[in-house]
Amino acid sequence: MFRFLARRLFQMAVLFIVFLSLVFLLVHAMPGDVTDTLIGNPDIPLETRIELRERLGLDEPMHIQYLTYITNFFKGEMGVSFSRFPQDVSTVLWQALPRTLVLFLTATLFAFWLGFKSGKLIAWGRGSKTEQGLIVSGVFLQTVFYPWFAIVMLWLFGFYLGWFPIGRFIDARLWQGSEFDANTVFEQMIISVFVLTIVYAIARYLIKRYANNLVTQVRLLRATGLVAVGGLVLFWYRHDASTYVADIAHHTMLPVFTLGLILFGATMLITRSAMLETLGEDYILTARAKGLPDRVIRDRHAARNAMLPVTTSLVLALAFVIGGGIVTETIFSWPGMGLLFLQAIVVSDIPLAIGALSITGVLALIGHLVADILYSVLDPRIRVA
Amino acid sequence: MSIHEELRTEPASEEQPDTPDISELVGSGPVTSTPMWRVRLRLFRRTFAQNWSLFRENKMGMVGLVMIGIFALMAVSHPILMSTVWEADIYDPIVGYDAVTTEFTVVEDGAVTDPIGEMELTAARLELNPTIDLGDVVRIPAQPAPPNVTGENPHYLGTDPQGRDILSQLLYSTRAAFFLGAVAALTTVLIATTVGSLAAYYGGWIDGGLMRFADLILLMPILPLLIVMSAAFDITMVLLGILIGVLNGFGGVAIVLKSQALSIKVKSYIDAARVAGGGDSHVVFKHIVPNVLPLSFLYMMFGVTEAIAIEATLSFFGLLNVPMTWGIMINTARDQGYLLSGTDYWWLLFPAGLAVTFLAFAFFIVGRGMDEVINPRLRAR
Repeated sequence: MFRFLARRLFQMAVLFIVFLSLVFLLVHAMPGDVTDTLIGNPDIPLETRIELRERLGLDEPMHIQYLTYITNFFKGEMGVSFSRFPQDVSTVLWQALPRTLVLFLTATLFAFWLGFKSGKLIAWGRGSKTEQGLIVSGVFLQTVFYPWFAIVMLWLFGFYLGWFPIGRFIDARLWQGSEFDANTVFEQMIISVFVLTIVYAIARYLIKRYANNLVTQVRLLRATGLVAVGGLVLFWYRHDASTYVADIAHHTMLPVFTLGLILFGATMLITRSAMLETLGEDYILTARAKGLPDRVIRDRHAARNAMLPVTTSLVLALAFVIGGGIVTETIFSWPGMGLLFLQAIVVSDIPLAIGALSITGVLALIGHLVADILYSVLDPRIRVA
Repeated sequence: MSIHEELRTEPASEEQPDTPDISELVGSGPVTSTPMWRVRLRLFRRTFAQNWSLFRENKMGMVGLVMIGIFALMAVSHPILMSTVWEADIYDPIVGYDAVTTEFTVVEDGAVTDPIGEMELTAARLELNPTIDLGDVVRIPAQPAPPNVTGENPHYLGTDPQGRDILSQLLYSTRAAFFLGAVAALTTVLIATTVGSLAAYYGGWIDGGLMRFADLILLMPILPLLIVMSAAFDITMVLLGILIGVLNGFGGVAIVLKSQALSIKVKSYIDAARVAGGGDSHVVFKHIVPNVLPLSFLYMMFGVTEAIAIEATLSFFGLLNVPMTWGIMINTARDQGYLLSGTDYWWLLFPAGLAVTFLAFAFFIVGRGMDEVINPRLRAR
């Protein structure tokens, strides 16, 4: 297991360096640099522009710039953003990162949970009308033109029905004069959910381990889940910043739901075909011959093995989540990394664009690693091989 | 083993026909009298007919084919319409303009419920005529205009905010979408079959190198990368197709096709070909590649879906150097402030959005249908 992990980590490190170099090359293939945007400004003479180029290090030869970039990246210094001048790129990105992570994680988890459940069920009840309908809607969700879909969702739920606010992360009027900082509150929200998840996971493990009766187990699990969610809601309801927390949560829902829906379609279809493959295996026949109830065959024998291809699809979904994240953030004006990245490209703010793309690469790598570990935990054959 | 190699461990099994009847295949008479290509043609037709009958059982696949057919008709109809009934200066998808006038009822300030048929009193007095009163009906040029079927120059899907005919734009963009899909899919298949076959056949460091490279490509967030590229270079339709094809073909598809090629490499006819004196390139291109091709056609379909979606997204952001596509149509509507117009200005958002969706949908379900032909386990029992 550890050798497998070590090898994987080494591969990823090499991949990441190659990725960084590619990003650097690509961005430097852009014609001109940031000082060229000042050409039209009569107040800025040529000397000032040359001085600016020198100060930003843009006059150095390519390989020096490259080496500086790589070493600085690992020191956590990504330079100063051109378009948000006094701010560091790392500061800007650090502020945007939690929002993007929350968007990605919640959407992915929601989509995989729901997609796996429904995929399992429709593979089991094959040939029904529900199956047909769900397959068509799954394929539709997978192939729908995502920016358009997001616009329609924003219009329908945000504008027409008015259930959710139209884009953005917070309601500025509400926050005006508040003693809380939106980022701090958001971070606290993340931490509270994270702590709760860990506590719930431990409780779940203990229940599975020590409750020997299956029915008590299910009951206990349900009760713990209810207590956990109720506790979270109560905690934030009693908190001083409760209205602000509610505001952020309200703004988060629609983007997460929209991104999640798209992923849901793909996961459901993959789960379905994986289930169909496992259902043809001999051990399913054996389980049936033993007279096990349908539910047990479906959930314990078939679905567990169908997990494997679904986990693999997590890796493929990652690329989609990142691309879809940019679209989601743009349309919902969600101030995350994707929106930053697109804005940086448009005004050719090279340090910010490089920073955002590199962090995206890091996210993709971590995602791959997590999927790899999950995979090797689920399938012992990988560890041995 | 990395998990990417697990993508498709199930080798796609070829459906072999029952023992082929030799006399039927080579015709009556001495065996040597029939040229080889004719035998091949017959064999091909036979497999094709068999696969076709399997494919036809899949209703969704057939629906997809019909949808692709309709889109193809749309693509063909644009040049025909332009050269016969549509005047170029009015119906041109990029530079056309029609000064459509629309009837507005003048209502009290702030009482506008239907932005396409009513206007405010103050605005009407300021813009048109100070004597206008409540309840008057005025006719003014207004873009985007709703669909009209009866006028001198009918616009069946209305006009966009710049007075261009939506239907014409829609039809014009269909051709571009097909073109892009074809370029991307062909590049994908060309690269993926070559890379997959070579990696499987030679093994060793060639395999290792190519597969690590594939891992790297698979890691690349394609959309952000293309966004950066579009800022650096002038990306045209052909270049975009090739870029998507290369990224797809070197990445996931190559890995899948390699595992398929591996299962072919160990078959006895490969040994036979080598014993008969076939060189490496002969074995790879005459024996392995043709057997990998059926599976790669499947990925061609999925590749088209992806290419259409990526192109539409990039042109939605206005990052491509192309005159008119479905993505640009939506971009125009968004830029001009019709983002939340929803059903009021449905002709701005819905035709283009649905066109992208349905074309991608069609190729995707055709791909799924082909998947069921190639991969028998997915078929209904």
